[in-house]
Amino acid sequence: MLRLENIHAGYGPTTILHDISLTVEAGEVVTIVGANGAGKTTTLRTIAGLIRPTAGTITFEGEDVTRLSSHEMVDRGITLIPEGRQLFPDMTVQENLLMGAYRKAARQHKDAALQEVLSLFPRVRERLTQKAGSLSGGEQQMVAIARGMMARPKLLMFDEPSLGLAPIIVTQVFDVIETIVKTGATVLIVEQNVFHTLKAADRGYVLENGEIVLADTSDALLHNDHVRQAYLGI
Amino acid sequence: MNTFLQVLTNGIMLGSLFAIVAVGLTLIFGIVKVVNFAHGEFLMVGMYLTYVLTTWMGIHPFATVILVAPALFLLGAVTQRFLIQPLMSADDDHIQIFATVGLSTALINLALLVFGADIASTPASGLRTPLQLGPVRLLSGQVAILVASIAVVVVLQLFLSRTQTGRAIRAVAQNRAAAQLMGINVNWIYILTFGIGAACVGVASVLIAPLYPTSSGIGTYFVLTAFVVVVLGGLGSIGGAFAGAMIIGLIDSFAGFYIGSDLREVAVFGVFLLILILKPSGLFSSRLNLSHVSP
Repeated sequence: MLRLENIHAGYGPTTILHDISLTVEAGEVVTIVGANGAGKTTTLRTIAGLIRPTAGTITFEGEDVTRLSSHEMVDRGITLIPEGRQLFPDMTVQENLLMGAYRKAARQHKDAALQEVLSLFPRVRERLTQKAGSLSGGEQQMVAIARGMMARPKLLMFDEPSLGLAPIIVTQVFDVIETIVKTGATVLIVEQNVFHTLKAADRGYVLENGEIVLADTSDALLHNDHVRQAYLGI
Repeated sequence: MNTFLQVLTNGIMLGSLFAIVAVGLTLIFGIVKVVNFAHGEFLMVGMYLTYVLTTWMGIHPFATVILVAPALFLLGAVTQRFLIQPLMSADDDHIQIFATVGLSTALINLALLVFGADIASTPASGLRTPLQLGPVRLLSGQVAILVASIAVVVVLQLFLSRTQTGRAIRAVAQNRAAAQLMGINVNWIYILTFGIGAACVGVASVLIAPLYPTSSGIGTYFVLTAFVVVVLGGLGSIGGAFAGAMIIGLIDSFAGFYIGSDLREVAVFGVFLLILILKPSGLFSSRLNLSHVSP
């Protein structure tokens, strides 16, 4: 479904990703594991079209999408739920959700999508008329995920969905992600909570200093000595 | 008492004039985050357009709005696309300020080149006819400005809050990065917003041209007060700009009558400085809240 081949990317003169290649197949849950600054967020932002790669190609459903900008990637069915929620603080929760269905294709089914998303997030329904900025961190994360699903994306990318949340909320966020996975969604997820994420994922890539050093099934990675030492602390 | 009512009316009329000039300025600032120092010159261009269309075609000045507003929209959109946008990735935000100051100077000199230094008087078309409303006298053109300024503020607020494009504009102002992730074409939103802001000035110029003589320097005269109004109302707040304009108009009118006409500006800027000291973010919290969530 998604294929990155020999991608180099970064910010201005600084190259962060060196020769990244990875694939995500339809229906798969894939995770990228790595330390802070390894290039996980950069990888997701590059796929989302926010950063243009300096070399390499990205293909999505057989189409070369390397040079497309972010709104064109949304049209192709790729949505990134960014790190730190990134809601529109002065808009109501409902307005935030509707922005998730901004593109023309999504706009046609925005009412149906809203009902679907709200049935998945009953807590969000209670907050519809509140300003997004007034919600708690956990609620904001739920709205951010719900907003990302409003476009009915083919590929949903999560960037650190549990970052900065209380442990009990983290569990709720993972429950929600697992529910989404069960609906057959294709997911690419970056998470500091490596154990939790590998449990939920089919496959994983280990990213170190902008390079992929390991790629395997989640089970294999969970039993890999390097992963256990560096990321699981066992 | 009658004098008081007359001074009050004059203040409201002046306020609505400042409001209609300031609305576009605060919109552009609130969304695109660019202080458009050429805003007054946009007004000047609009007034010359009104003058030319009225005298050439012999139509009512207000009728020219169907051409002047779109022309100004285009001027604003082109300014954003070809002057501001290439500078948006510049390391120093001040470059955009210099660019709009440069545009302002260029437009003033262009006007001097085309129309010379003489003033151009748009036909009054009955808009300078005094009306007697009970104890107060006012011009029909002033009433038009009051009605139009309220209408522009209401229409803009409805557009921003009720339409999908309006929501997208607010989304870009509140969190540009997230707006991009929603698939909003941010550059296009900036071009559209700059165009709408300039079109508001187009509406203002059509209303002002029959009442004030047009000259190359007319923009400077209005825009200084417009900047005060925008800061007073809270940068980026449309309703705030309207209220700020009314406050400035009233202070100007009352100080001019009760203190002395040459001390009007002293009073206006005195109050302005006082408010800046007491409430630097402006009197009204911004409806288009500019607070950024850091990525």
